[in-house]
Formats: sequence, C-alpha cells, structure tokens
Amino acid sequence: MTTPAKIQCRNIWKLYGKKPREFFDSHRGAPDDAALQSHNYIPAVRDATFDVFEGEILVVMGLSGSGKSTLVRCLSRLIEPTHGEVLFDGADLLQATPKQMIDIRRHKMGMVFQHFALLPHRTVIDNIAFPLEVQGVDRDARESKAREIIEVVGLTGREGYYPGELSGGQQQRVGLARSLCIDPEVWFLDEPFSALDPLIRKELQDEFLRLQSLLKRRTIVFITHDFDEAIKLADRIAIMYEGLVVQIGSAEELIMQPATDYVAEFTRDVPRAKLLHVRSIMDAPDPAVSDAVTVSADARVSDVAAQVLTRNQTARVVDAGNQVVGALPPSKLLEVLFA
Amino acid sequence: MLPFVDWVNAAIKFLRKYEFFGAFTFRDITRAISSGIQAPLDFTENLFHKGFDDFAGLGVDIAPVPWLLFVGLAAIYGWRLKGWRLALLGGGCFFYLALFSKRGIWELSMQTLAAISVSAPLAGLIGISFGVWAAKSRAVERIVWPLLNVLQSLPHFSYLILVAIFFGVGSKAGVIATVIFAFPPMTRLTLIGLRGISKEIIEAGIMAGCTKWQMLFKVEIPAARPQLMLGVNQIIMQCLAMVVIASFIGQAGLGHDLLTRLQRLAIGQAFEVGVAVVFIAIALDRFSQAIATREPHHISGRALWARHPGLCAAAALLAATVVLSFITPHALTFPQALTISTSNFWDAIVDYITLHFYAPLGIFRDGFLVYVLIPVRTAITSIPWVAIIALVACIGWRLGGWRLALTVAAFVFFIAASGYWVRAMITLYMVVASMTVCALIGIPLGIWASKRDSTTRWVQNLCDTMQTFPSFIYLLPVVMLFQIGDVSAIFAIIIYAAIPITRYTIFGLRNVPQHIIEAAVTSGCTPRQILWKVRMPLAFPEILLGLNQTLMFALFMVMIAGFIGTVDLSQEIFRALTFNDGGKGLVIGLCVAFIGLTADRLLVAWAERRRAALSREE
Ligand SMILES: Nc1ncnc2c1ncn2[C@@H]1O[C@H](COP(=O)(O)OP(=O)(O)O)[C@@H](O)[C@H]1O
Ligand SMILES: [Mg+2]
Repeated sequence: MTTPAKIQCRNIWKLYGKKPREFFDSHRGAPDDAALQSHNYIPAVRDATFDVFEGEILVVMGLSGSGKSTLVRCLSRLIEPTHGEVLFDGADLLQATPKQMIDIRRHKMGMVFQHFALLPHRTVIDNIAFPLEVQGVDRDARESKAREIIEVVGLTGREGYYPGELSGGQQQRVGLARSLCIDPEVWFLDEPFSALDPLIRKELQDEFLRLQSLLKRRTIVFITHDFDEAIKLADRIAIMYEGLVVQIGSAEELIMQPATDYVAEFTRDVPRAKLLHVRSIMDAPDPAVSDAVTVSADARVSDVAAQVLTRNQTARVVDAGNQVVGALPPSKLLEVLFA
Repeated sequence: MLPFVDWVNAAIKFLRKYEFFGAFTFRDITRAISSGIQAPLDFTENLFHKGFDDFAGLGVDIAPVPWLLFVGLAAIYGWRLKGWRLALLGGGCFFYLALFSKRGIWELSMQTLAAISVSAPLAGLIGISFGVWAAKSRAVERIVWPLLNVLQSLPHFSYLILVAIFFGVGSKAGVIATVIFAFPPMTRLTLIGLRGISKEIIEAGIMAGCTKWQMLFKVEIPAARPQLMLGVNQIIMQCLAMVVIASFIGQAGLGHDLLTRLQRLAIGQAFEVGVAVVFIAIALDRFSQAIATREPHHISGRALWARHPGLCAAAALLAATVVLSFITPHALTFPQALTISTSNFWDAIVDYITLHFYAPLGIFRDGFLVYVLIPVRTAITSIPWVAIIALVACIGWRLGGWRLALTVAAFVFFIAASGYWVRAMITLYMVVASMTVCALIGIPLGIWASKRDSTTRWVQNLCDTMQTFPSFIYLLPVVMLFQIGDVSAIFAIIIYAAIPITRYTIFGLRNVPQHIIEAAVTSGCTPRQILWKVRMPLAFPEILLGLNQTLMFALFMVMIAGFIGTVDLSQEIFRALTFNDGGKGLVIGLCVAFIGLTADRLLVAWAERRRAALSREE
C-alpha cells in the first residue's frame, strides 16, 4: 500500500471476566488458552496488530463470536481494550480525554449497526440529522445537509416517516445516511447487511460501493461473516478466529497462500476463476509454448478460460510490457474452474 | 419484644426539632415543600372548579373549565389518539359526570382531577429522576431497588400517618401523600426501560458524539418511551386510588364524599359517588394506555387542518364554547334541572336485598364465619411464632439457599418483635383465607377463559377494567350485601384479589409455545391430557407469580377493609391514624409490608426454580 496508515492497531487485547487488567498483567501480557479457561476469562480479541490504510476498505471477517464486533468497537473506543494501542492519524486514541473523544466522533467517525439502531421517535430526516444536531448545527443547515444525503441514498419522499414505517432495507439506508451526514474520515460498519434478505442485501452492497466511489474515498472497516460479501467489497480481508486475526491480505492472497487450515477451509468454496488473476496460477515460462494463444497476466482467470480451452493448448502469459512471464496449460485452468 | 414504635416516634420527634446546619429545621423543609405545592394546586383548582377571580391582575374573572369544553376536549383527544371509539368513551365518561351531578358529582370530580393533575406530574418527575439515577449507578440501584419493594408493599395508611405528622392535613398533605405513594412504580419502570434500551442504540448515540446530557434526553429517555408511558399510566391510576384514600387526611373531592357517606351508611349515595370514580378511572386508564401504545406516524398534507386536525377542532370548540357562554349560562354549568341522581335507585336495590335476602345472606354469612373463617383463624393464631420463623426459613432455604432463608426469617422476626404478632396473624388469616378462595375462583376461570380466543379477550378486558378501579370501590357492593364485618371484608378482598390470579393463569396458559402443543396433539393426547400434562405444568411459574400478585392485592385490600370493621392490623393502623401516632403507623405498616415481602420472596423464588427446571427440560 502506498497510502499512509489511518488507523494503527497495536497488540490489542480484550478480555471479558472479573478483573481482566490484573489478570492480564499477572500473566505478563500473554495469557495462554489454559490460563484463560481456568480463570474464566473470555478472550474476545487477542493480540490484534494491523494497519488500516487511508482510503481502503478493510473487511473483517469471521464466524459469529470470533470477536469482530469487539475489535471494531476497540477501534472506535466504544469498548476500552484491556491492553494495546490504537493510533488514529498517529495519535493514541486511548489517551484521548472524553471531550476529545466526543470531538473525534462528531467530526471524523461514522458507524453503521447490524440492527440499524435508529431512534424510533424521530423521523427519517431527524434521524439522519441527529449527529449534526448534537453538534449544535442549526436546524436549517442540518436539514439541508440531511436532504442532500437522503437524495443520495434514495429515500426522497420518506423524510417525514418514522423508522417503524420503513422496511429493513430502507431503515439501513437511513443508518448509512446518518453515519455519512458528517462526512466522516473513517467509516465503521458492523455487519450492516446481515439482518437483511439476500436480494436487499445485494442491492445495498451495490449501494455501498456506489457511495464509496461517489463521495470522497473514506477509510472503511467493514465487518461481515459472509465471505462472498467480503470478496465483493474488500480491498483487503482480515480473517478472525477465536479472537485472533489469523491473516490479512487480498482475497487472492488468502486463497493462494492461506496462513492456516482454518483460512483454507473458509476459502475453499469460493468461485476462484472470477477472483484469481492469471498471474497467481500460471506456471513458469516455457520456451516450448507457441504464441498461438496469448493471455495477459493481469486478466481474471474466468475471462481467459474460454479462449484457452477452445484451443485446448497451453497459452503464453505476458505482462503489461508484453514480456513473457509464464505459461498457462489448460489442465491448470480446469483445476481452478472445477476445484 | 423490641420497642420499635418508641424508636420511630423518638426519631420523628428528633427530626421535627432538628436544625440542619443550625439554619433551618425539618419543619422549615416541610413548610417549603407545602408552599411549593400551593401555587400549582391553586392553579389547577381554579382551572377545574373554582374559576379565576381577577385573572392575572387583568380585572377579568375566568370561569372554571366549562363542562361542554371538558367533554368536547376529551372526545377530540380520544379521537386523535385512537379513533371514534375512544372519543365516545372519553366524552361519554365525562358527560356522565355532568349529567348525573344532582349531588354535585361534577364539582367533586373536578376537585379530584385538580389534585391528580398536580400529583401525577410531580410523582412522574420524582419517579423518573430516581429511575435515571439508579440506572446510572449500580450502587444507587442496590439501595433503591429494595427500598422500592418496601415502599410498594407498605399499606396506604402508613404513608398517610407520616404525611399527616409532617405536613398536617388538607389538600396539600393529600397531594404529598399521593406523590409518595405513586412514584415507586415509575422509578421501577424507568429503570427497566433505561436498562432495556438496545446496546446498539446507545452506541449510535455515543458515535454521534452525544454528551452525557444529550445522551439522556435525546437518546435514552425517548428510546425508553414505551416503558415510561406505561409508568405514566400506572402513576395516574395510583394517584386516583390514593386521592380517594387521602381523604382520610382531608383531601377534598370524590373520595372525601365517598368516605363520609359510607361512614353514615348512606349506601346509595356512596354508590353513586363510587360509580363516578369508576368512570373517571376508566377514562384516565384508557387515555393513558392509548398514549402509551401510540406508534408515531408521518403526517402528510400541507394545510394546517390536515396537519393538526385535533388542535384545530379544539380551537373551534373553545371558540364555540365562548360564544355560547354569552348566549346561555348552561354552556358553563350543566343545567341543574336536567341532572339526575342515582342514589335512590341504589338505595332501592339495597332495600330490596335486605328485604328479600336478609335471612339467606345472614345464614350464609354466619355459616361462613363459624365453619370456615373462625377455624382457620384459630389454627393460624395458635401456631407459636418460633415455629413460623423456622418454617419460613426452612422453605426459604429449600427454594433459594441461606440468603433467602435469612431474609425471610428476619422479616418474620421483625413482626414477632414488634409486639403486633397476634394481629399480624389475624391479618395473615384473612389473606390466606381469601387467597385460597381467589385461587379456587381465579384458576378455573383462567383455564376456562383461555380455551377460546373470544372468551380470553373478554375476560382479559374485564380484568383490565376492574383492576383500574381504586380498591376502595370494592367495599361498596359487599357492604350492600353483608353489612359490616369480617365476611364483608373477605368478600371485598376476594373480588379485588381474584383479578391477578385470573390474568396470570390466562397469560401462562396462552403463552405455552404452539409447537409443544402440536407435539402433544400429534402424540395423541386428549384435550384433558394436554391441559393437565402439558399446559398446566408449563404455565405453573406464571400461575405462581399470579398468586404472588393476588397476595399483594389481598394485603392491600385487608388494610382498606379495616375500615368496615375487622380486628387485624388495619384496625390498629386506623387507630394510629386517629391519634396521629407515626411510630405505630410505620411499624404496623412495616409488619404488613414484611408479611407481603416474605410471601413475595418465597413465591418468586419458587416460580424461578420451576422456570429454570422447565428450560432445562426443553
Ligand atoms: N460484554 C461481554 N461480556 C462477556 N463476553 C462478551 C461480551 N461481549 C462479547 N463477549 C464475548 O466475546 C466474544 C466475541 O464477541 P463479538 O465481538 O460480539 O463477536 P462477533 O461480533 O464476531 O460475533 C464472544 O465469545 C462473546 O461471547
Ligand atoms: Mg457481531
């Protein structure tokens, strides 16, 4: 990544139990499974260290209970970590005073919740303008800002409705709009589409990508338990397992070089052909291969499959500068397509 | 025996003399509170039934709210809240008060409403404040919660005595007693409401950058609205109930009238007033329920009339009333010639009953007394106190471990040490006797009602409505039938206390999960088997909780029934009221509360055990 890190997460631990801090210190900062279990501590997050780069979409992915929500709440300091550092623009977030925290949240952070978390007694427009209202922005200004966003998320005409009168998908549109109305630099989304029907979910995923491309590029931490969703949205994916961040990387890296069996298991059923690039599956260059079939190393496997398979001969792989970088035999293709 | 009464009286005496910081006495504080209430109370009294002389120094007199306006506003508000049914109900109830006002029911009702409209908001404010405070701090909660339990099981009269000591008698004292009596449920519901807000909504508030106060007023309190409105409903009903009882310390209004007529055994007139109280109760309950369950809706349309039809109608009505009042004085006060009194009608019924049923009712009454009540009473009062403590502790230990055992043993020990043991046992006998009858009536009724949707709804509605009546009302029909004495008291208790057990039985039976019943049907159970082998065992915890409520209701009613002559603790408390004996009033109140709390702890522990066992089996 070339952009600087927006959030740096350093050795974050979050333990649940009676006296987590004391327990953690008494185990010299590295309690093992046996100690945790025998003392009845739940390790929601264990030793998480990673960076979120400016403008990227980092998807945190894992099964239910793996600590995703806890992790993202440590980043926004909704939860106080038991141990570790969170650097936000280089400054330690955990050292910020309550007042500074309010300020940071008011101007730099937005969050979307799994169950929408709309205020039931407020209309759509009042819900969306709520973050501006608590900042003390006057009514006209905040309503005109809210109307802009309402238009962007496609809720025009529903300004005066109450959350109880909207469908789930519409409610989450309000949730998205509310978190965006302050133009946050960092956008946290905790399983925002998990409570929705599959069709609506797909619609909102597209909406999400559109919002990200339309407005200025924010730094996004997106939580999901759905690997397809992760692939669709992510620049990078972090996989969590029992509180540990087991691997971070692009979808392709996760598939091609899984760090553990767990990651491999996760990625097994993924439609690889649509995801992988020729480069990551090709063999070494072979002078014997003719130039009858030539494919680009940066093309998706699925895009070159027909071309290679109809000729049924090994293809030459070239990079952007037309240098031969590898060979792609049909057998390799079939393996990826029907694995 | 420990001299609790003397200790409390010494404490009261000390408090009355004590100077805080050497600057002001406790009496100054109570005076300040009294005078703080004076202004709003004057205002509502003027508004509702006195009228403003020389309003705001403008040299105009303003009449009290005219009946026409009152009835109309009730109808309009009902219409806006829930449609024409509630409009009809609200308008109808108040129209009844105006029409059947030959003996001044309208003015008395307005007096009562004036007192409620001061005490209910005040109680709400205090209740919410405590609730918020307790919700914000576990330490406060730990103190407040048990205190609420005691406060809510103290009989009304204990409050009255203490208030009379510190605040004297009269309408102000009545308002204060009412506020103290009515706020605990609000605190409880506030606490439950605030604790029940979904975590995500709180987080959304934090992420929006709310300060502490913004969080409270813009997020938490609005999000807990359903619970809070339920609390408002309870407050209003409690205020109504207490306003009637507060007439013992000089609260003017319907209650006072009811009391004096009952004392003079003018049953018909008392009944007439009682019916008015019932109508007010129904109206207030339905309105506050409607407010509580209202879902917010968007408003479409631009015209003022379309956006605020209720306000427009109210304004039109106000204008119409003002215009009419220049044409005829009857727009302000209901034409006296048209008013009706029902007291003769009720008296005729009483006479008829006495004439034709005197002998059989008398035989029933005496038989019930001799063959049922007296044996139970002898049995219960002959058990030595040590045995009861041991028994209670033993049950407590079985159901909830040594902590529960210690708590309930301490409760019972207090009663034994207070010197009111015998009277407490008589109270207990009345409660146990009536509870048994309640269970025998309520559980079968609940089983029957839960069979069909239509009967369920019907009985539930009946229970809901009856529960809104102030408990005092229940004395009227039984006095009509059985004159004054133990039997009357027990029957009043039974009618009143059978309500919760019926409700809970229905609730428990109807809430058995459908799939379990389907499983029973497919395994070939007869309806009878389904009831006794499936539904009843699953509903058992609910039924226990219903029994618990029944017991609480019975205890409350026992204390009120003392008014029509029994020899238990309630007699003592009436005596304490007469002699302004605060220590005695409080100690007896605590005895009653501890009887209730002991049973409550045990029954709830039992219900929880059963529930836990059921969820394990599933
Ligand atoms: N307040 C809490 N107290 C105790 N345990 C908790 C608490 N919050 C979360 N946990 C535990 O921490 C683990 C991670 O939870 P969470 O972050 O919500 O997982 P996810 O969002 O991935 O489903 C779970 O085992 C959960 O039971
Ligand atoms: Mg989660």
